[in-house]
Parts: sequence; C-alpha cells; structure tokens
Amino acid sequence: MTDFSVVGKPLPKVDAAAKVTGRAVYADDILLPRTLHCRILRSPHPHARILSIDTSAARRMAGVKAVITGHDLPVKFGILPVTQDERALEHEKVRYVGDPIAAVAAIDEEAAAAACDAIAVEYEVLEPVMSIEEALAPPKDERIQDYGGPHNIHKLVALEFGDVDGGFARADHVREDVFFFQGNTHLPMEQHSATATYVDGRVTLWSSTQVVHYVHRALAKVLELPMHRIRVIGAAHGGGFGGKTDPFAHEIIVCKLAMLTGRPVKCTLTREEVFYAHRGRHPVLMWVRTGVTRHGRITAMHFRTALDGGAYGSYGVASTFYTGTLQTVTYDIPAYRFEGCRVFTNKPPCGPKRGHGTPQPRFALELHLEKIAHDLDLEPSAMKQLNFVQPMTRAVNWLRITSCGLDECSRRVIDASGYRNRARRPGHGMGFAISSYLSGAGTAIYWNDMPHSEVQIKVDRGGVTAYCGAMDIGQGSDSVLATIVAEELGLQPADIRLVTADTDTTPIDLGSYSSRVTFMAGNAAIEAARKMRDLLVEAAAAKMGMQGAAVQVGAGRVGDFSFEEASVLAEARFGTLTSAGSYKPPKIAGPYKGAGVGPSPAYSYSACVIDLDADARTGLVTVNKIWIAHDVGRAINPLLVEGQVEGSVYMGLGEALMEEQSFRKGLHKWPSMLEYKSPTFLDMPEVQTFIVETVDPEGPYGAKEAGQGPLLPVPPALCSAVHDALGVWIDEVPVTPEKVVEALRRKEKGEPARYGPTRFPAVPYPPAIKVEPPPKDMDRASAAAI
Amino acid sequence: MLRLPRFKYLRPKTAREAAGMAADAGARAMFVAGGTDLFPKLKRRQFEIDTLIALDFLPRGVRQGSGEALVGAGTTLAAAAREQGRTGPFHGYAQAAGLVSSPPLRNAGTVGGNLCVDTRCNYYDMTYEWRKAAGFCMKKDGDICLVAPSSRRCWAVSSSDTAPMAIALDGSVVLCGTDGEREIPVENLYLDDGIVYMAKKPHEVLTAIRLRAGAKTRSAYVKLRRRGSIDFPIAGAAVALQFDGDLVSGCRIVLSAVASHPLRASAAEDFLKGRRADLETIRETAEMAARPAKPLDNADLSHFWRKRMVRVVVEEALHRASDQTAGLAG
Repeated sequence: MTDFSVVGKPLPKVDAAAKVTGRAVYADDILLPRTLHCRILRSPHPHARILSIDTSAARRMAGVKAVITGHDLPVKFGILPVTQDERALEHEKVRYVGDPIAAVAAIDEEAAAAACDAIAVEYEVLEPVMSIEEALAPPKDERIQDYGGPHNIHKLVALEFGDVDGGFARADHVREDVFFFQGNTHLPMEQHSATATYVDGRVTLWSSTQVVHYVHRALAKVLELPMHRIRVIGAAHGGGFGGKTDPFAHEIIVCKLAMLTGRPVKCTLTREEVFYAHRGRHPVLMWVRTGVTRHGRITAMHFRTALDGGAYGSYGVASTFYTGTLQTVTYDIPAYRFEGCRVFTNKPPCGPKRGHGTPQPRFALELHLEKIAHDLDLEPSAMKQLNFVQPMTRAVNWLRITSCGLDECSRRVIDASGYRNRARRPGHGMGFAISSYLSGAGTAIYWNDMPHSEVQIKVDRGGVTAYCGAMDIGQGSDSVLATIVAEELGLQPADIRLVTADTDTTPIDLGSYSSRVTFMAGNAAIEAARKMRDLLVEAAAAKMGMQGAAVQVGAGRVGDFSFEEASVLAEARFGTLTSAGSYKPPKIAGPYKGAGVGPSPAYSYSACVIDLDADARTGLVTVNKIWIAHDVGRAINPLLVEGQVEGSVYMGLGEALMEEQSFRKGLHKWPSMLEYKSPTFLDMPEVQTFIVETVDPEGPYGAKEAGQGPLLPVPPALCSAVHDALGVWIDEVPVTPEKVVEALRRKEKGEPARYGPTRFPAVPYPPAIKVEPPPKDMDRASAAAI
Repeated sequence: MLRLPRFKYLRPKTAREAAGMAADAGARAMFVAGGTDLFPKLKRRQFEIDTLIALDFLPRGVRQGSGEALVGAGTTLAAAAREQGRTGPFHGYAQAAGLVSSPPLRNAGTVGGNLCVDTRCNYYDMTYEWRKAAGFCMKKDGDICLVAPSSRRCWAVSSSDTAPMAIALDGSVVLCGTDGEREIPVENLYLDDGIVYMAKKPHEVLTAIRLRAGAKTRSAYVKLRRRGSIDFPIAGAAVALQFDGDLVSGCRIVLSAVASHPLRASAAEDFLKGRRADLETIRETAEMAARPAKPLDNADLSHFWRKRMVRVVVEEALHRASDQTAGLAG
C-alpha cells in the first residue's frame, strides 16, 4: 500500500476551531448596514384558489419598505428541468399550509410580521388531498397540479430487466409483503437563512444552501438576469441533510426585495417555516414479491412503490426511480421488475433526505428477505450473504459495481456483536441489516457535457490556495480538499487556504448532494494538485540538475528546497502558478429511458447489528448498542468518516423509532422541535463503528461515500430486533410504542402477529419497458484498467 | 425567526413587593422564575404581556424537619432532585423533579414554576401563525375547544411532574399576596379546567412548598414519555405509601397528564389501605386507579395508548414504592 502523509490520519476538521469558537459566519450571522428584514405570508389552507390579495394596508404600515406578491415573481422554477412547477410567491393557487403568498421587507422583523398579518387574502377553499389513496382517486374539486395524471398522479414508471416471469416459475418459494415507511424531515440545527444585496446592477446572495450552483441557475431564471450578474455564496453551514438542496422561495424573495429597495434584505426562516420548506423523506408504500430457491437464492423480484410527494415536484421524479434502483447493488437479482408511482398531496413537498429515496425500499427489502429466511428455516444473515453481489460486476439493471465490502462489513458486525450466538431472554432482541449507497450521482440534474466538479490551485510565494465550488455542509468537504492538496504537495491541511462555494470566484461543483463531493471534487483536486506538483518538481529538478522523477516531495520540501523556495523557482520559470483539475463521472448508464438515475462511479456498503430491549407492557424500545461497519473504500480522514457514520446511525434511529410528519385537518400536526420527536444526545445508544477499506479503483485514493449509506440499515435492523425480542413484525416505521402494543394484542388473539399496511392500492402502472440485462462480465476488463 | 415581544422587566426584592407590582400591572403582567416554559410561549404569542416580574429573590434550598420538608420555590429542579436524596420518604419528589424536561432546563427551571406550569394541548402549544391556520381555540384568541368541539370547557392537560407528587406527599404551598401569606393544600391549588387551572390569584406569589410524610412513608414517581431525555409527561403516577408492618396504612395515588389537573385515584387508595402490597393487590389497585383517567387526543401518541398505560405506570410506581420497604422492617 502507498504511504500517505496526511491521507488516512484522524486530523481535526480545518474549520473546527472557527465553529467551536463562534468565529464561523453562518448565514444568520450576516447583518449588513441598512439591512431590511423579510417575513413571508404563508397559506393557512392546504388547498385553495387565491381570489384576491390586498396588500394596501400592509404597505401603509410604519417601517414597511416593500411588499411583493406572485405578480412580482411570476416565473416558475424547480430543481429538475422536467418539473418547473414552483413559484417564489403563489398568486393563483396554494397547495399546502405554508405555501408562500406575499413577502414584506421592513426595518425590523416585528414590523414585517405585523405587515404580513395585515395582508388580506381571499380564498376559494378546495378539498385537500392528504393520502396516497386519495391522490389515486378522482379529485373532489380539482387536481393539485395541472400536469401528470391521471388524477393526482405525478409520475409513473415501469421497468423490467431479464426474465422475471421465468425467474418466478423456477422459484421453490415465493413470498409477498407490504411495507410502509413514514415521511420525516431533516431537522437541521440551523434554520434556512439568506441575505441579498443589489449593487451596481448585480445581485449577491449569501445563503445556507447545499447547492450554490443550482440556486444560481434558479435565480437567473426567475429574476430574469444573466448568470454573470448574480453571485451566490454559501455561508458557513449548520446542516442540510438534503433539506437545502432545492432552490427556495425565500432565496429568490430576498433578491427581488433587494432589487426593489436597493438595500440588503435578510430572511431567516422560523423553525415552523423549515417544516414547511421540508423536501424531506417521502412516505412510501411498498409491495414486494420475491422468488427463491429452497436454499434461499433469489430467482426473481418484483417491487412496487407508491410515493406521497406532497404538493410540488422537487426531486420527485428522481426519488421515484431511486425507490427501485439500488435493490440490485447489494443482492444478485437475476430478474427484476420495478413499478413506481409518485402522487401529489396537499402537504409540504417531499424531496431528498439523507439516502434519497433508498432507505424506504431498503427497509422493505431487508425485512422481506428476513421473512423469507424464516419461511425457509434459514439463518437470515447467512441467507442474505448467499445472495451478495460480487465486486467488478454489472447488476441486472446495468448498474456497475466496482469495489464491494459487503462480506467484510457483515462479518465485522456479526462477529463483534455476537449476533449469531445471542443469548435469549424475554424482551431482548438483535437484528441485522445491510445496505448500499451512491458515491455521487452519475448524471447532473440538468443535461450537460461539462465536468461535475472542478478545482483550481494557485501557488504564490509558498502560499497555496485551492478554489472549488464545493459547499461544506458540515460533512467536511473543505477538510477533504485541503487534505488531498496537502498530500500531493507534501504539506499539511492547515497550510492550504480554501476558497469554496462562491459562484464568482470558484470553478463549479454541482453541490453537496448524492454523496458526491469527496469522490468528484476529490478526484478534481488530485488532478489539479498533481499538475501543480509537476511544475514545482520540474523547476526544482532543473535547479538541482536532476531528473524530475528523482525529486522527493514531502514534509514541506521539494527536493533540496523548501516549498516556498520551490514555488519561487517555479514561478520564475513558468510565470503565474496555477493549475486546474476536473472530474466527470464515466458514462456507464444502461441503454434505457430512466437509466440516468442510479448509476454512480462507485457504491458504498454498510452492515449493522442492533441490540435492544422492548417492553411488552408499554411497547417502548430501548436500544442498547449498535454495531456498524461501513465500506468507505478508503478513509481520507477516519475521524470524519466515523462522524458521518455515527451521524447517519443517529438519524436512522430517529426515523426508525419516532420521527414522522403527521397531519391533522390538512395541517402539519406539530412543526416544532419539541413536539416533532427526534432523539436527543441522551437518547443515543453506544455505537461501535468499523471502517472497512476496499480501495475503489475510481475513488480518490480509493475513497467512496460515507455520509448517507450508513443510515439505511438502521431502520430494518431495528424492526428485525423488535421481532427477535417480542415475536411481532412492525412492518412500518416509525416503530411507536402503540404499534408494538397493538401487534402484541393481535398476536395474543391469534391474529397475524404484525402491524403494518395490509394492501397495496391499484396503481395504473404502464406496461413495463423490457430491458435486456447486460453481459455479466462486461466491465471486468475495463474496471481493472481504471 | 420568532422573536420575543418587547416588555418591561421589574425586579422586586420581596414576595410582597412582587405581588403588589402584579396587582398594579394587572393581566398584562406575568411572573418569571426559570422562564423555561414562559419564554417559548411569549415567542409563540400564547402569552401576551408588556411586563415581566422577576422572582429571582425566591428562597432556594430544601429544609428537612421531622415529618416534613420545606422546599423554597426558587429551588431549581436539578437541586431538588439532588437534595432529596436517593432514599427516604421524599424520594418520589426528588424523582419527579429529576424527570422534568432535560438537564439544561432543570438547571434553570424552579420547583415553584413547575407547580404553576401552564396546561398543555397540541392545538395550543403552537405559534400564532399555526394557531391562526388551525383556527384559534378558546384557551387563546378563539372560542371553541379544538380537541372536543362540542365541549364548553378547555381540555388542556396538566403537565407538571412535581404537582402530583406534592399532592401524594400531602403537600401544601405558601402563597404571598398583597396583604400577607396563606397556606393551602397543593391539591386545592388546582382546578379542573384547562384555562383557569389554578386557584392561586394571579398576583399571588408561590414562595414555598411543604411536603409531609411519616418515617415509614415510601414514595415513587413513574413518568411516561416518548423520549426519556426531554419530553413532558403523557401519563404518570405519583404514589406515597405509609406502612404499618406489612400492611399499607396510608396511601395516595395521583395521576399526571391525564386531565386538566393532577387526578387523585381515591377509590384505588381506599382499596389498598389495610392490605398487603403484594403482586395481585398492586395489580388490582392499578386497575382501579386507571379508571378515572380520560386522556384526550391532544398530547403525544394516541390517547387510547395513554389510557392503557395509566394502569402500567401506577403498577410500576406501587412496586417501586413498596420495594423500598426493605429498610422499614422492625
């Protein structure tokens, strides 16, 4: 193995001191002179036509400088080119409680809030649609959106790979199950916040966003300005988890208000408004049918999903595909049919949350296979292992698998936890599950042939600055960039100055979503840094009268010279020292429509065991310990990887046990941090993390993702452990105490010992597009050559 | 973000002075001790005031005498949990104080504040904007009860953990008004109404809590909530048992968070008196105690489940109180 000087070391984050001392400037810390404060009037109705908006009283109020409505921002936008269905302010129709209608800029927040309260809106209230079943039926009044269909269906997909009917025919055992995964929200500590200025005809926006580039594009479209007259800067970030991956109304609104008033305008959402901005986990109803041989080998699988999308498109088309794509990258499924459906409902729009569209089917798949193992009297973890995919293969839906540490991950957690030799006592149980996730989406959100990430490096009198559009959202992407550049130039991460997430000064990175930054910006950084290193080495070698290959770089030296001396030599020889690198994922998508969702240059793998006690009287579950192993390819910084893994476990546990978006009479039942239940510090069990390194052929130094995948096995492992403890299946999350008690009551009465959905609704899926599976070994040679 | 309203902040030096200030200021003034429940409610415009009167002069600390403990109303919940010790007749009170909210809020919140804490309802504990969208309820800005629309009263839930325990320990509170002090049983401090939930006059300052128990009293508090780390109770049981040899000679069982006031289970108390606290008797007592509880759908989790859990928490509390009797033999 190569010797690294800083890669693989558990160094603190480059921004750790700034964050713990309060020096970091978050979006809400930005307060420019003469700033006006913005508040947004939102719909109190889940579904209504707007008949009139009277802002005259608000405009006359003291301290109010501007009031805008949808008439001022009529252009529609949306993250996906195919679903441009949102307006920054809606003046025709509202589709969920919280839909923005008007905005006020005033000298302080109190004045702005009072003015919002003084805006009179006349509505024609429409029947709200609040469930998947209602959305599939003919609407009572009118459809929520004017596209998609029939009824309130947004998107339908149907794909079939290989001979599914044949696969079922040769199965010894076929099983069907229905599962439900409730929707939940990201709950970042930091609320969304944005400040805009308009100076000399140019808009500048500071925002708490994960995707400066996509915000940049949306602003250009809605404000009708060329992109070069807009600058978007990502402020220090207090957490996103996918919740800040769309362009948002408040970001557009503050820009427009700044343009109208000529003063800086700021908007920080309340916690309640963050619940309305949402874009969180889709509630998904799932039906799965699998055929297996008597030894437990999968012969065919048929997977159906129905997603409750909320009121707008957001990432929904991609989310729909994601509920059907990654089943094939953990288990070798020789024939696979997927039918997916997303519906519109009058709820805050769903979108990407950590794991984007894949934790729900992972939950269903893991429990479904475990039930099959019970049917066949096989040990569940062993039956799963029997079906694991192999490295350097293509899945039946053409997804290219490179490195794969599934076996090792499973072995590590099974051995450490004693899962297979667990002692039996009443109310105690253990559960096992595995998962996989992307290391970056293989395709951009809008079609283009350009790189997904670019890095520039400037060296000047020994000082190194790296420029990249990547947005550090707390996952540590800045630290990874600094580490990689430092590694290549023989320096320490602290020696590298970083300029990131600024559309004026940095080259593009598409953003912090789909676990793509380490992989893509990391590869771009390696390329840029190696080019710079070559310049320094060449100059040093010339001075030393040696061949470049003989010059050692490391410990702050280039050959006989200090790094600073070498940079002076190189600048004298070549002029301004700059270099650039970029990364574009390989074109590996399959030859079918919809193949763009799912391919990734590499997949991470996780395995997890949960140990818990469940109280049969109350149904309350106490998690004692979690073991998790994660194949990250290579840990560029093991401390950061552990942080990402533990954070994922924490979030998965919240989803498994308590987090849920609940609605009552069309209204979010409790948009507050006290009433929306999420585990606190004190609710966290001990987590033992194992980092597994498989050194991926395409990842930077072999690295893959760590920020999302480890969430996925937690909910199914928890349900599996509850079954182990009490003998009841809870086939939906969250596993609330009332569901456990109800399942136990059914068991006592001799009814099926489970709690969960009993049927999957009739969905008008189109005939499946039939796709020939790829030749099994098509990438073996090319993968070896990466 | 949500902001506090502008208000005047007064700092009296004595309870009498505070009561005078409150009487003068009228309905637009409130007292503030720990402020852990008050400030979020000000931000959500559940309380609309222009004056806050600080109670930071209130006595802090616990004085234990024979058969009674006097707790200064300014004692933090954290201190009350600590100072009452792990054993002895007042153990249940320490448990209750130690189970309120989360560690940081127990460091700020006071025992007086916890006795006076506003009743809760998930149609009410929301922002102004949310309540406007839902339709205002009678507890604030509206005229109907959203959890029971045909009802003429408010069903907000008593959510104090220490109040039921103080009643179980035959507690009383010292109230200071403009013309002097009076002492009333904690049980009489509460009214069965979600809006006017306290018999204390608005300007009266609660200065101390007196708990009473014999040497052979054992107490326990069991709290049910989704997260052991922070949540308000969604059901709970406070019990104090007086033993005479093997037999229960005195008994109080008080339920939390299943009504607008701490709910005494008198029939169950009568049943247990004179009996041995064995498994079967405890089970029967718990079943009787659960009968008067009628939780509604206005707190976390389903009210059906909460109703079923009352028996469980009472049973558990009775077990814990009677398990402490080891040291009482002879």
